[in-house]
Amino acid sequence: MRQIKQRHWQNQRRWMRQKHLNRRTRALVLTAVLLVLLLAVYGAGILIPQEAVATDFIHARQSPSWQHPFGTDNLGRDILMRTLKGMSVSVTVGIAASCVSAVIGILIGTAAAAGSRLLDGVINWLIDLMMGIPHTVFIILISFALGRGLRGLLAGIAATHWTSLARLIRGEVLQLRSQQYIAVSRRMGKSHTWIMVHHMLPHLAPQFVVGLILMFPHAILHEASISFLGYGLSPEQPAVGIILAESMTYLSSGMWWMAVFPGMALVLTVWLIDRLGENLRWVIDPYSAQE
Amino acid sequence: MWLEAKNISFRYGRNQPWIVRHLDFRVEQGACVGLSAPSGTGKSTLAMLLAGYLTPEEGEILLDKKPLPRKGFCPVQLIYQHPEQAVNPRWRMHRVLEESGLISEELLAALGIEQAWLERFPRELSGGELQRFCVARALMSNALFLICDEMSTMLDVITQAQIWNVVCGEAAKRNMGMVVITHNHHLANRLCSSVYDLKDCCSARP
Amino acid sequence: MEKKEYRRGDPNVPLLAVNGLSVSFQMYDNTFEQRALQVISELHLQVHAGEIVAIAGASGSGKSLLAAAILGILPDNATAAGELRYKGQLLVPKLQKQLSGTEIALVPQSVDFLDPLMRAGAQADGHRKPRPTKERRRLFQRLDLPKDTEKCYPYQLSGGMARRVLVSTALLADAQLIIADEPTPGMSLEQALAALKMFRQMADDGRAVVLITHDIDLAVSFADRIAVFYAGTIVEIANAQDFGEGPDALRHPYSKALWRALPQNGFEPIAGSQPYAGRLPKGCLFAPRCSRSTPQCAQKAPSMRALRGGEVRCFYAHGRPKE
Repeated sequence: MRQIKQRHWQNQRRWMRQKHLNRRTRALVLTAVLLVLLLAVYGAGILIPQEAVATDFIHARQSPSWQHPFGTDNLGRDILMRTLKGMSVSVTVGIAASCVSAVIGILIGTAAAAGSRLLDGVINWLIDLMMGIPHTVFIILISFALGRGLRGLLAGIAATHWTSLARLIRGEVLQLRSQQYIAVSRRMGKSHTWIMVHHMLPHLAPQFVVGLILMFPHAILHEASISFLGYGLSPEQPAVGIILAESMTYLSSGMWWMAVFPGMALVLTVWLIDRLGENLRWVIDPYSAQE
Repeated sequence: MWLEAKNISFRYGRNQPWIVRHLDFRVEQGACVGLSAPSGTGKSTLAMLLAGYLTPEEGEILLDKKPLPRKGFCPVQLIYQHPEQAVNPRWRMHRVLEESGLISEELLAALGIEQAWLERFPRELSGGELQRFCVARALMSNALFLICDEMSTMLDVITQAQIWNVVCGEAAKRNMGMVVITHNHHLANRLCSSVYDLKDCCSARP
Repeated sequence: MEKKEYRRGDPNVPLLAVNGLSVSFQMYDNTFEQRALQVISELHLQVHAGEIVAIAGASGSGKSLLAAAILGILPDNATAAGELRYKGQLLVPKLQKQLSGTEIALVPQSVDFLDPLMRAGAQADGHRKPRPTKERRRLFQRLDLPKDTEKCYPYQLSGGMARRVLVSTALLADAQLIIADEPTPGMSLEQALAALKMFRQMADDGRAVVLITHDIDLAVSFADRIAVFYAGTIVEIANAQDFGEGPDALRHPYSKALWRALPQNGFEPIAGSQPYAGRLPKGCLFAPRCSRSTPQCAQKAPSMRALRGGEVRCFYAHGRPKE
């Protein structure tokens, strides 16, 4: 009994619960679908030959057809193929950047919780500062400083996305440290390292995974938006952001397909990953065990 | 051997009120001493101080005339009122027991811990069953002194009698010292050779 | 159509009647399968105006869920079956919502039920207008709460103080039925006695109190009847003085074992422990630990029956041995 809120017997909800998959099963299915999708996109990026996205002025500016389901752009390149290749780049950048960022997050979060009060203060101040400045501005600055292109973009995204995870991990560690079973463990003669490895890490690992997955759509969106603004990847690379940026010029001439399909692909991917993260969060939450 | 609190004072933070002030208390090995006091008078804080979970701001806790060890195994072990908070919810029970050292099958049998329980998670056991594990863990650690802070308050009386019979038997066998904190007078009278009110232990009150 | 009046004051209609209440939970079974865990099974209880009924049993054995079921605040994943009646009226969710806080008051078990952003005094007053400041101050004083308690926020209160604030909330509500879920832990004996004396007074004024507790001593000294709770159901309802008289006056083997395990009467436990929800035995819930159990007990669960002015759920309970 965790809430005092007045509740009713909700027969209808109970009926629905029996009808639908329970949340754990749903998370599992989502994970499978997403993994397949990500692998397909990533594989497509590598397998699709350069010729498939070569310029072909004869077939330029075609609206969607069976031959070109997403249509072709102003240079006659197939948009489906470009989108797939672009998503592949985006996914790679997203995974790499959020992994780096998550590691930074867990390190800084743990340091804040386990270190001195001064260190905690400094880190909290830093997190507030990072959260206060719009990410886009920050990424553009870092990207510029490191020379534009993949490296600058990666560094920029990795350097900005760790804050929320760091805060989460800090809270978790602080809360764990005050647990009685940790105190008992100390008095049983276990060292700090032993407690960290055996008591704390298994507790943090799922938080870390969920944090990572929820960070992932952000990273992809930022990659796309920075590239869209022209501060990220170079125009030769078929990133989604660049496809969208190019399409802007032709939207007014009625070539809606240049923007709509790559945009939808981006939104769909981000949404799927976000759903997965939310469902996984439910699964690892111990209270959800009694649903 | 004595477990002694010498003129200890404690408060949570600089500007907080004193919880324990100028308190003297001692237990000899092999003795069982009861402590009773109204709520909010620092019984649990004293238990934590005696077992080394907290450090007194003034005064010291001595075991055999030496301060309690800050690192490593502490020969004074504490058993809490709420066993569900004292075990890692993500561990199976056998791991909880292994944390304290060697598992003594004899002790598990005496406490009525069934083999099947060892494979369960804490949330699959009742409070009484969990408290048996906490007692087993404390007894298997070869502690010299046991501090029992309202250990059986939340249990039914049959479980209470079961657990105390084992604890007292083990304590007598190993010549352990015990501090029993309880508000149940019948229980204190049955278990302890002497029962103190916390007020009597303070040499001076502000 | 004329609305049916509550049959107020009719002594034959119990204030609260619980008939065959069962509560079960949906739980994950480690895998992806969900299964139902029966926590309360086939519980019968009647509470009349003017009495304190104590429900005594181990913590975590599902007593609190009974309170939640009566007030209609069961968690979302719980399902209840059976029948609850208040003054003869079927307690449906709408009625529960209407009655709770006015006719039926809860003293919750957890101190977390206090609003962390509200001062204790305002909290005890509730929504009543005009605020019963005078009464509340008197109540606080009688419950041994310091003068400045009313200005404290919940985090500034000790466990025992917070619980006394919760008790005063229910007492001020002026309800007909008070359900007190473990109201005393954290209080000293004197404070607990003061709180229970007030419950006694409420009952003597013609209200009813359901006192859920694990402390048999308190139950014996304040309740009129004691319902012994074991593994999710009530195995015996005895008059409080039966516990004073000893095991011969009690009916169920578990109550007798409880009596013998009290520190003041022998401190002798029986072996084993209460079965956990989801692993309940098929027949009588106490059969695996009972010295008098027969194959019949393992097959079929006995139902509640009247015996010697109380009720018992055992095939072999009998009249008092003749002197």
